[in-house]
Amino acid sequence: MKKTLLLILVLMLAIVALLVLNLLLGTVRIPFATVWRILLGSEGESEIWRNIILSSRLPQALTALVAGAGLAVSGLQMQTVFRNPLAGPSVLGISNGASLGVACVVLLSGSLGGVALSRLGYLGDAAISLAAIVGSLLVMGFIVWVASKVKGHVTLLIIGVMIGYLATAIIGVLKFFSAEEDIRAYVVWGLGSFGRVSGGQMLLFVCLMSVLLPLSMLTVKAMNLYMLGNGYARNLGLNVRRTRVLLILSSGTLVAIVTAYCGPIMFIGLAVPHLARAIFRTSDHRILMPASLLTGGALALFCNLVARMPGFEGVLPVNSVTALIGAPIVAGVLFRKRKENYE
Amino acid sequence: MSNISVQLRQLSIGYKQKHQQKLVAQGIDATIAEGQLTCLLGANGIGKSTLLRTLAAFQPPLQGEILLDGKPLGHYSDSQLSRRVGVVLTEKPHIRNMSVSELVGLGRAPYTGFWGRLNHEDRTIVNESLSQVGIQSLAHRMVDTLSDGERQKVMIAKALAQQTPIIYLDEPTAFLDFPSKVEMMQLLRRLAHQMQKTVFLSTHDFELALQVADVLWLMEPQSLHIGTARQLADSGVLSRFVEREGIAFDANTLRVQI
Repeated sequence: MKKTLLLILVLMLAIVALLVLNLLLGTVRIPFATVWRILLGSEGESEIWRNIILSSRLPQALTALVAGAGLAVSGLQMQTVFRNPLAGPSVLGISNGASLGVACVVLLSGSLGGVALSRLGYLGDAAISLAAIVGSLLVMGFIVWVASKVKGHVTLLIIGVMIGYLATAIIGVLKFFSAEEDIRAYVVWGLGSFGRVSGGQMLLFVCLMSVLLPLSMLTVKAMNLYMLGNGYARNLGLNVRRTRVLLILSSGTLVAIVTAYCGPIMFIGLAVPHLARAIFRTSDHRILMPASLLTGGALALFCNLVARMPGFEGVLPVNSVTALIGAPIVAGVLFRKRKENYE
Repeated sequence: MSNISVQLRQLSIGYKQKHQQKLVAQGIDATIAEGQLTCLLGANGIGKSTLLRTLAAFQPPLQGEILLDGKPLGHYSDSQLSRRVGVVLTEKPHIRNMSVSELVGLGRAPYTGFWGRLNHEDRTIVNESLSQVGIQSLAHRMVDTLSDGERQKVMIAKALAQQTPIIYLDEPTAFLDFPSKVEMMQLLRRLAHQMQKTVFLSTHDFELALQVADVLWLMEPQSLHIGTARQLADSGVLSRFVEREGIAFDANTLRVQI
């Protein structure tokens, strides 16, 4: 127990350090003291620097922190629901639903509405977020409906994956009929970024997540029982079907909102729960949930930092970085654990 | 005479499919007594698991009813039931990084609060459950490193921690080596007698069941025979069940001859 608290503390410190680094590092060098004064709101600092810190680096860092936490928690919930270590937030086709929503808006607005949304700026961003949320919630609604009908979680998993394929196929068809620049706008969205959310939207995003994340923590006892398998869980008084629907709702809503604001961010949702299990050496969700939340936030901040390391022209797509960093970590963790009969 | 703990009235079990019912057994009238070890015997596919699942309220009866302490099973809520009936199943949970005492601690779930935190009393009960099954030494082992027999005992400790007067076990002696089978049966018999638990289990270990069970249930395609080993042997039911070409049953010694 002491060790767990210590690890949590270390993670929190890591997050603070990464937040500071995210504010400090970038193509433009700004001294630490100045960053600090800008954050405290003192006047008289360079307007450009103020802008870089307050409208770019700070929102980006906060977005990364919250999005990473949300994806990690969502991934852990999915892995528990499906009792499958390969499950992640994208597995039920919910993020594909978001993509489909965005594809409809971005690709069709040009050809049908006559105005390419990609050129509408702020309004376009809002429309994209909305489309992503609508798309993913529709898919989630369908999945929840299926979940209340079918018994086996493997069946549900397969249906989810099929929905994913279906969405991707429809997007393919849409692309075929779309103008080149609209496709480009869609592809850029699909690369994922923590930097797209700005100002009021960022605030809304952070507020939404700071309500949803604590809410998702309320499922820990149910998740612990759910792990035992349907029979045992039920015998211990758990309503298995309701728990499954609740977990999918919680996990799906988190993914929907993160995807709406950041695009489909790969890998964090899949990798972080494994990382958290390896670090904390427990399967108790009372520890794993907060642990995943913190680890997810930290990893996203780290990836964001790497993505715009000085030396890279512009900013790398976050998705490449999350996979580049995440994949070896997960593989390493699993490889080291091979002796403990990892099944 | 022991108190009646579970009562089956005109019970029909089976599965409801889309437009028809698949009937597994029907018209069962029986009682299960408190403080006794009852063993359910029967050929593969005869419906032992279906009966256990119905008794544990995992699936509804097609007809008739099951009374727990005189009250129909359907009138119990999930949480009330979790304090009355504990189960040990054949499904084995695949859980990594969970210690034996943590798993047994989950047996306290019906009593713990919103976060499932164990208080001092819960921990004492977990430790007692471990020692009643004789596995205190396993307390800190990880569940996924246990042998089949050890894991089975852990699940029994879980059921004890659940503090239910009734415990149902689905083939608790399957996959165990012979000494472990005997040890397991003796353990369950001791729990029934000493703690006044209603222990009801299904098994294929015929001879063993004849020796340790207080009451035997023998399921056959159209009928259910209930009685002590002696009674069932004398009525010839047991011979009919095991005997075939090359297998004989000695009703006097309750032994199977090959």
